[in-house]
Amino acid sequence: MSVDQVAVLGVGMHPWGKWGRNFVEYGVAAAQDALADAGIDWRDVGFVAGADTMRNGYPGYVAGATFAQALGWTGIPVTSAYGACASGAMALDAARQRILSGMCEVALVVGADTTPKGFLKPNKGERGDDPDWLRFRLLGMTNPAYFAMWARRRIDLFGASSDDFAQVKIKNARHGLNNPYARYRKEVTAEAIAASPTVSSPLRLLDICATSDGGAAVVLTSMEYARKHLSSSAGSADPLVKVAAISTVTPTFPNTILEMPNFATDSAAGISRPDRGFKQAIGDSAYAQAGLGPDDVDVAEVYDLSTALELDWYEDLGFCGVGEAEKILRDGVTTLGGRLPVNLSGGLACFGEAVPAQALAQVCELTWQLRGTAKGAQAENAKVGITANQGLFGHGSSVILTR
Amino acid sequence: MSKAKLPAVEGWFTMSPSDDTPRPVGADPVALIGTRCTESGTYFFPPERVMSRAPGFSGSELVEVELSTRGRLWSYTDAQYQPPEPFEAPTDPYEPFCLAAVELETEQLVVLGQVVAGVGIEDLVVGMEMELVLGTLYEDEDTEYTMWKWRPVAKSTAGGEA
Repeated sequence: MSVDQVAVLGVGMHPWGKWGRNFVEYGVAAAQDALADAGIDWRDVGFVAGADTMRNGYPGYVAGATFAQALGWTGIPVTSAYGACASGAMALDAARQRILSGMCEVALVVGADTTPKGFLKPNKGERGDDPDWLRFRLLGMTNPAYFAMWARRRIDLFGASSDDFAQVKIKNARHGLNNPYARYRKEVTAEAIAASPTVSSPLRLLDICATSDGGAAVVLTSMEYARKHLSSSAGSADPLVKVAAISTVTPTFPNTILEMPNFATDSAAGISRPDRGFKQAIGDSAYAQAGLGPDDVDVAEVYDLSTALELDWYEDLGFCGVGEAEKILRDGVTTLGGRLPVNLSGGLACFGEAVPAQALAQVCELTWQLRGTAKGAQAENAKVGITANQGLFGHGSSVILTR
Repeated sequence: MSKAKLPAVEGWFTMSPSDDTPRPVGADPVALIGTRCTESGTYFFPPERVMSRAPGFSGSELVEVELSTRGRLWSYTDAQYQPPEPFEAPTDPYEPFCLAAVELETEQLVVLGQVVAGVGIEDLVVGMEMELVLGTLYEDEDTEYTMWKWRPVAKSTAGGEA
């Protein structure tokens, strides 16, 4: 069931950090960079999709219109999408659908966030019917506590160690050293990680990603438009990168892996578990759309909310068998120079999370990797890249890019 | 005068369960309230009361059931830093606590809960048997808000089980 492709004509990012400014500023900067990269004037964009932020009031809930107004109203249709960490992929998919249905030729997708310090927490107010509010109230279950539950499984089931987790951080810190968009650009030692305080055992402060400000934008066009545009004008899209898949799947009942922000899993009594778990299904859907498999992948950007979670993704995306992630990490497979480098951007370890921008930032990074123009760590001759992340409340996100 | 005991959340657990699982001396009884989809046989916790979430069984009756009060530890962690609002810390200064995800065999689902005070990470291991006890989430001047908590099954009470 291969799906028709669209072109990534331009990408742009605002550097991640803790700038404390209005999120719109980051989104607009990223959008202008993406338009310039594509060599396209804003007035030629036929559709705009925004990835929402929940922490910046009403403008954040209607991000698409917020960015369109800031760039200057041109009368084009708009959508705004929210799927937690998967928001960017949902907005990207909306743009792809517009193009594939023939309703527009050029679409702009933008996500940006300004985040507060410390744990992400629910919106204020007494909301006794909201599981995201109740998990803090009744359990004190923070996001890192869920990450820690998954990390503990790796230790108790597969014999993983805290040092294995530290090696993910060390790798990603090295990858991100020269990335001008990364917030943290310095080497991290195993000693520094081991000396950082435990947040939720077994995860230490340096195992868990920070929350950041940042913005990312992508210009998608029809294949036909891209070919014409490239033959007649400027722009950086050479070689041309294509979107081969966007997976935005939800879980299949019963979902028996603990999921944020839930109190319990679904029950497998009565109805048996699906053959493939939710995180596996995220990649499966992307591979099916692209007509590709894990063996075809040259480079990946996966969501390292925690160091241990990056290892889970290796297995869920089929880079190795279950329980083998620590081995391929230690063998250097996922390091620059290895067969399948993962998080050459530096990942969330170097960026910190800017929720609605993050899935788009992954697409920006892979576009540069496939073009061979990454300013930081650059994979050699990469032709196929995959992103993966997961948003709470059951949002899958995976994008496959090819050239 | 002792404080009134009120559940911290309505309709998710009972302090007067109907089951006869032996409980350690001094532990107040508690059981989680779930619902069972009568046609598919699947369970829901927290209890679904409107319709079954099992695809294809939307017309099935949901009956209220008390869930097993023992299970195997699926995973665990702790909260070394005080969680943000709306969490209410029961002590000042804050004292870290453990959190457990426990797999119930009959219901084939995993349920989260805080672990009782006095149990540390080093006391826990995936697969160990855990039991549900009633605990205090926080208190105000005249009310103690109760909550289910998990604790390892003590060796003295673990023997002799059917």
